Amino acid sequence: MGKERVAVVGIGQTHHQATRGDVSIAGLVREAAVEALDDAGMTWADIDAVVIGKAPDFFEGVMMPELYLADALGAVGKPMLRVHTAGSVGGSTALVAASLVQAGIHRRILTVAFEKQSESEAMWALTLPIPFSPPLVAGAGGYFAPHIRAYMRRSGAPEHIGVLVALKDRQNALKNPKAHLHEEGITFESVNDSMMLWDPLRYSETCPSSDGACAMVLTDEAGGDAATDPAWMLGGAMRSEPTMAPGRDPVNPRGGRDCAADVYAQAGITDPRRDIDVAEVYVPFSWYEPMWLENLGFAEEGKGWTLVEDGATRMDGDIPWNPSGGVLSSNPIGASGMIRFAEAALQVRGRAGEHQIDGARVALGHAYGGGSQFFAMWAVGADKPAS
Amino acid sequence: MRDVAVVAFAQSHHVRREQARNEVEMVMPVLHEVKASLGIDQSQIDFTCSGSTDYLAGSAFSFVMTLDGVGAAPPVSESHVEMDGAWALYEAWVKIQTGAADTALVYAYGKSSPGTLRDVLSRQLDPYYVAPLWPDSVGLAALQARACIDAGVTTVEEMAAIAARSRRAAADNRFAQLQGSDDPAVLLKEPEIAAPLRRHDCPPVTDGAAAIVLAAGDRARELTASPAWIRGIDHRIEAHSLGVRDLASSPSTALAAARAGVADGPVDVAEIHAPFTHQEVLVRQALGLGDGVSVNPSGGPLAANPMIAAGLIRIGEAAGCVARGDAERAVAHATSGPCLQQNLVCVLEGGQQ
Repeated sequence: MGKERVAVVGIGQTHHQATRGDVSIAGLVREAAVEALDDAGMTWADIDAVVIGKAPDFFEGVMMPELYLADALGAVGKPMLRVHTAGSVGGSTALVAASLVQAGIHRRILTVAFEKQSESEAMWALTLPIPFSPPLVAGAGGYFAPHIRAYMRRSGAPEHIGVLVALKDRQNALKNPKAHLHEEGITFESVNDSMMLWDPLRYSETCPSSDGACAMVLTDEAGGDAATDPAWMLGGAMRSEPTMAPGRDPVNPRGGRDCAADVYAQAGITDPRRDIDVAEVYVPFSWYEPMWLENLGFAEEGKGWTLVEDGATRMDGDIPWNPSGGVLSSNPIGASGMIRFAEAALQVRGRAGEHQIDGARVALGHAYGGGSQFFAMWAVGADKPAS
Repeated sequence: MRDVAVVAFAQSHHVRREQARNEVEMVMPVLHEVKASLGIDQSQIDFTCSGSTDYLAGSAFSFVMTLDGVGAAPPVSESHVEMDGAWALYEAWVKIQTGAADTALVYAYGKSSPGTLRDVLSRQLDPYYVAPLWPDSVGLAALQARACIDAGVTTVEEMAAIAARSRRAAADNRFAQLQGSDDPAVLLKEPEIAAPLRRHDCPPVTDGAAAIVLAAGDRARELTASPAWIRGIDHRIEAHSLGVRDLASSPSTALAAARAGVADGPVDVAEIHAPFTHQEVLVRQALGLGDGVSVNPSGGPLAANPMIAAGLIRIGEAAGCVARGDAERAVAHATSGPCLQQNLVCVLEGGQQ
């Protein structure tokens, strides 16, 4: 049986900042949702259902906050779903919302993801106390640094690759008014000289902690046909695997490869570097760009870093990655995955402003979470898919 | 819509305190049992979806560890809701409707014993204006019970009768935590703990888990001789602020029931997720059930109320009634949030469709 086609017709984002002390949690999500509705030319009454996602509830200290947000998001009397799949949640939330349209159950979905990290201390919230286990890591960087070391050893990548990624993404963010970090005058030296946090990760190679929200309005085919510049969903998938399992490779996890293969098959993508025009990929620490270039099939195993060194992923390269500035420039954790999905859609709609990649027709949005074990991805296009 | 059925259901023996087992150890036997009952393993599951909440586990990303109970190697297509498992089942049902899956594993668990549940649940409330006052879940339910009594919806006598009927029914449910009850007249001699609620009006605090396998069409018929077909499923949410709600009715249940088609045929059995006695009356009215309907033959949440799993268990119990032939048509209900804020309704039928 054929799935109903899905179109993105509205996109909204907050101005991401370290602390959005000017708004409540409800005010934050509404800022993104209202912008998405305005973009779609819709009002709250046009929405059939609301799908919301965020990372752990402890980040704001509110248990199942969607209950409290039902009024603010116009969900009263409607179905409301709350997704949580760790760092991939922003992407998973969009995919659950899309599935409601694909299944023919609803025609117009508002999907929202957020995090208001200033309400707590995310680094310690991400330092999980495992009963009966010695506390070996502090923050997500402490968890991922050994995986990055393993990648460097395997691939022989030179030490400065991470600095190049951070410099590129932070420079891209200067073209994105919504980005959290706007580091005018950033240089290779300033990144390279920043404090070493989790060797080999420097302070400037690490994502910030942000308050922010992202929202999208998804519609069925008729809604997409009626819109002036829809982004069409070409494929979407999720994959999960255990944190630890015999034979599991956390550097190049099979879950990520399987998820990408599923999306590419749905979207008719056979050579991602050639067939995809721009990608928004979840890179919270600089080295995840070369690692995910390989995991997602843009480069051979062990060669991802050469694309970085050659400038292929810069805005003027042949396969730009994260023209928005990416997670390295804005990281409201629960929203970060949806921001990737939304930025991919903005690109194929030609609506990315100063960070627009000219002629982008096919874009990839990617999110991952947990110990590199939860993956959510979608491909979107400017043209309506044949099926 | 594709025909989708509940083809297997398993649950833990619900207890006040699972002291020796963590969440993974509590969930894993249930997951193994539900798959073994069909003679399948994880490789034959197309989609997996779970429900849990970090606030019970006291740990961020608590669902990450319970994924170890699934056997997600090689990687699986999987999702998770921070909601009752009934909503995880809804997400899985949607996934099957897209055609991307023919089978789905749904599970949920709640281990409430490490904390003080009634206080933990107060963290669900508006964080700016209500949660700082720490109104607990029993106190809020008492406000609702008072509103219901004042509105003539129920009486303390009817509430005591519901408690006695539920826990007596649970005598036949080997998974229940509380079994048997004194007569209502005896129950009513007990003191109020949060007026007008007495101890018998409140659910037990429970540790437990449950799992369901869904399958579509022919796959369902291959897996079992007695699939319980989902004929309708819908869920709706109400406003959060108690001050803007009529606590003596459940409009979101009524709306979900209308969308799920409860009134399209006679209902033999209803499994209602009403943790407090007065809430059963509200939900029964919102579902439009007549007097002839058998309500909560399992004992319901008054006999075992594992948070996050109790709604999913209602669907499993209703499906069990259909599969055993105890009911031709059954309704399952799940709730979430303070005073029945969010509600899901699912209609199940036997037969060979």
